[in-house]
Amino acid sequence: MSWEIVIGLETHAQLQTKSKIFSGSSIAFGAEPNVQANAVDIALPGVLPVLNREAVVCAIKFGLAVGATIAPRSIFARKNYFYPDLPKGYQISQFEIPVVQGGGLAIRQGEQEKFVHLTRAHLEEDAGKSLHEDFHGKSGIDLNRAGTPLLEIVTEPDMRSSAEAVAYARALHALVQWIGICDGNMQEGSFRCDANVSVRRPGEPLGTRREIKNLNSFRFMQQAIDFEVQWQINEIVEGRAIRQATVLFDPDTGETRAMRSKEDAHDYRYFPDPDLLPLEIGAGWIAEVKSGLPELPQAMQARFQVEYGLSAYDAAILTASRAMADYYVAAVTVAGAANGKAVANWIMGELAARLNKNDMDVAASPISAAQLAGLIQRIADNTISNNIAKKVFEALWNGEGRSADEIIELQGLKQITDSGAIEKIIDEVLTANQKSVEEFRAGKEKAFNALVGQAMKATKGKANPQQVNDLLKKKLGG
Amino acid sequence: MINSSLPELSAALAARKVSAIELAMLFLDRIDRLNPGLNAFIALDRERTLAQAKAADATLAAGTAGPLTGIPLAHKDIFCTKGWRTSCGSRMLENFISPYDAHVVEKLTDAGMVTLGKLNMDEFAMGSSNETSYFGPVKNPWDSSRVPGGSSGGSAAAIAARLAPAATGTDTGGSIRQPAALCGLTGLKPTYGVVSRYGMIAFASSLDQAGPMAKSAEDCALLLTAMAGFDTRDSTSLERPAENYSRDLERPLTGLRIGLPQEFFGEGMDADVRAAVETALAEYRKLGATTVEVSLPNSGLSVPAYYVIAPAEASSNLSRFDGVRYGYRAPEYGDLNDMYSKSRAQGFGAEVKRRILIGTYVLSHGYYDAYYLKAQKIRRLIAADFQKAFESCDVIMGPTSPSVAFAFGAKSADPVQMYLSDIYTISTNLAGLPGMSLPCGFGANNMPVGLQIIGRWFGEAKMLQAAHQYQKATDWHTRMPGGLS
Amino acid sequence: MSLTPEDVSRIALLSRIELSAAERESTRGQLNGILGFIEQLQAVDTAGIEPMAHAVDVVQRLRPDVVTESDRRADFQAVAPETEAGLYLVPKVIE
Repeated sequence: MSWEIVIGLETHAQLQTKSKIFSGSSIAFGAEPNVQANAVDIALPGVLPVLNREAVVCAIKFGLAVGATIAPRSIFARKNYFYPDLPKGYQISQFEIPVVQGGGLAIRQGEQEKFVHLTRAHLEEDAGKSLHEDFHGKSGIDLNRAGTPLLEIVTEPDMRSSAEAVAYARALHALVQWIGICDGNMQEGSFRCDANVSVRRPGEPLGTRREIKNLNSFRFMQQAIDFEVQWQINEIVEGRAIRQATVLFDPDTGETRAMRSKEDAHDYRYFPDPDLLPLEIGAGWIAEVKSGLPELPQAMQARFQVEYGLSAYDAAILTASRAMADYYVAAVTVAGAANGKAVANWIMGELAARLNKNDMDVAASPISAAQLAGLIQRIADNTISNNIAKKVFEALWNGEGRSADEIIELQGLKQITDSGAIEKIIDEVLTANQKSVEEFRAGKEKAFNALVGQAMKATKGKANPQQVNDLLKKKLGG
Repeated sequence: MINSSLPELSAALAARKVSAIELAMLFLDRIDRLNPGLNAFIALDRERTLAQAKAADATLAAGTAGPLTGIPLAHKDIFCTKGWRTSCGSRMLENFISPYDAHVVEKLTDAGMVTLGKLNMDEFAMGSSNETSYFGPVKNPWDSSRVPGGSSGGSAAAIAARLAPAATGTDTGGSIRQPAALCGLTGLKPTYGVVSRYGMIAFASSLDQAGPMAKSAEDCALLLTAMAGFDTRDSTSLERPAENYSRDLERPLTGLRIGLPQEFFGEGMDADVRAAVETALAEYRKLGATTVEVSLPNSGLSVPAYYVIAPAEASSNLSRFDGVRYGYRAPEYGDLNDMYSKSRAQGFGAEVKRRILIGTYVLSHGYYDAYYLKAQKIRRLIAADFQKAFESCDVIMGPTSPSVAFAFGAKSADPVQMYLSDIYTISTNLAGLPGMSLPCGFGANNMPVGLQIIGRWFGEAKMLQAAHQYQKATDWHTRMPGGLS
Repeated sequence: MSLTPEDVSRIALLSRIELSAAERESTRGQLNGILGFIEQLQAVDTAGIEPMAHAVDVVQRLRPDVVTESDRRADFQAVAPETEAGLYLVPKVIE
């Protein structure tokens, strides 16, 4: 009997502002404990929050990018609970009326595309950090992170496998960086996901979900969900009901476990924050933000298909991240639209393989977009063959020259297209390989290929392979 | 000198008849002598006070003084005051030395005023009698067996006893006006948003507003002009041009339409209070005003609505007092929750705990709509009543408090009885309107009676005008309790 | 609406206020008195009335994204119950 897996994700994206969401403290990462925790952040008696305009701009950008409704009026609410990293005893968040409502994200696994619906995205403040190294059996509290602006992005329970969840998380990760609202740094916690996981028999109502907190890598997300799904299935099979819980993933054991701190019956007592007034976002402001937005992935994909003749799949791959798209656009601008497909093939083929092997991002590629374009231009104008191009690529990767032209020149890789010269070489090859010539004449087609190989070898691969073919045929046929 | 108005003190300072230091010493000496019997001041720092006075004298000598330079005042201990213990009347903050100044403190200090000390109050401003202070009750200078009112009881008692010429107060449901009435003073709660709440320890954020307390409307107008103003640090601070609240004081009241809400003159008001208020209204008619009956049909719901909204906000506002970053931490505890629960149980007094618990309950799952949301809807009805009433009048008048100052312990056993002492003041906080109280005579046992004036939004100048014109025609505001000279 | 002893325990836990058994009972009486008093709100017809969360009808003002604060840790921690190495110390947090 099969099981259906149901997953919804809640992602906390740290917004790329200079100061905190409700105070003028810096949000720079890595400061000494509590030196970026000012009066408002540590919740001294009498202090008050004032909303950072830029955080709202980030939310508007996101809403536009996912085709959501930007609420003309949204409300900040207090989420009340006690925790030492939460200085006010409440978190300022949005509850009933969030700033971004609806929208969604197309995700792709291979050739398959799927649309994940978003429920909402709301602005809120981050909490501080509890450090559990032993301070005589106590925990230490660092409030530098308290008040850092977050956008919490919540999906509908649309995903049906850990792979889909990861595909969504990757797409979202790329998008928030694409529109410049989040640096996406998962190690520093700038992009963290919680996964709500449940299982059910197909057609049955939704099962009870458990929430896996704080997944800070795509690999852990996949492992955690896979473990959790198996655990839930085992529980049900063995006759135990799933109880709603919040769990943590332990990367060392690969297991999830319920959080003790969340065992209390929680009742967050949300209510509108009386210190903050309704946030109004008018059409004018939205239009202003929209005009400053970069071209979005969906639009770019459509354009790539029209302008460069790419397939939908290629266009999707090339817009999977802002860095990738930037690279492609830069390369195709130099190489020319006619080479659009070739540029795509090289990026997705040779370059991607090499980057992958070295665990590098395209932004860090040793071969610049202009260099790659230069290489592709030399293939297009027959200066070099595809095979030689791979050698040039290798040389560029290793920094053996500043451009494809320089390497071709320095290493003498220019293709031989002079028919006279090629003819002379073919004559030599025919003379030296009489046996192959006889076999060919006896009807062995394979012998022809051997002769082509010999000719190419004799020119160190520089002869134009088509010309070699044609001339050889002529000679043997004649 | 101790009976002088602020303009008189200002003139004396300007004429060098007295120095700021001498003035400060005069009041500090009175505090030393009389405060032990009153318990109005709970923090004094002679050195700091005299240093400020010295600076004020330098400003006076340099000829750059403003109208308040060198005049002493004291702050309700709800205002964070840099370098001063700021306790909010609570054991929770018994050892809290504020590292910053409230906006109000900043503004009055910038105006050259000299801080005499910090004033006792009901714990976290929750009370109407000053009996909930961790530092003990404040005595009413008119009769030490009676309460001074609350929560700004220390402010009221200090001025009534002439221990300070003026003080700051805060008013969430009547905490400036009711003690002003009970101690024979003038006090004003401005329109919500006129004075910044930054640095004022929050009780109920959507209702809290700071204001001046003094002997007269003239003094209050001067103080309010210095206290009010836009502050970027408070999201609810209103961005408006600065106002001179003294501008209309000398204009006659001819044509002023005074609305008298029938609900404020029904049952519940003591006869002595009624008599004094009626006499005051007769005086207003003599001054050229007319009275018109208005109705605030939902005003009877203001106390119950308030006792949902205020505790709800308070339960959340007071969560920051958790013994982690400042404030009281229990000496012995087990785990984290035990530390929280013991620190808060020991650090807060009974009334504060009661309100936190009620507030937690009305916000909790399953009760939010029935209590909190319901109360907020009724709040709108109450605000709408005022809008309607103001169609036919310029100001509203009535009693500030249903009775004169009551005896200690008279209402402390029954929270609801205590809550009802704010029955006439609470609705203005819910509506965000300005309100003030001024002395209008004496009731039973020769205790002062207060007349309440409620204005339209931003109607402070008009209210002050109405109060000042009355005070020019009467002398209730100049009366001083006996035996304190 | 009347609070049971369990209700009082639950809201005391949510509020992080320890109550002894005796306090719980007296508190229950007082809270029920207050709740009885506010019960009169239920009789009011509020259909179609918009809740009023703020005293004034204005919208949120926004702050420019500028860092205005500098390190005042020493000042702030001077009033802290327990600190070490710049951290606030609390009983061990168990996640």
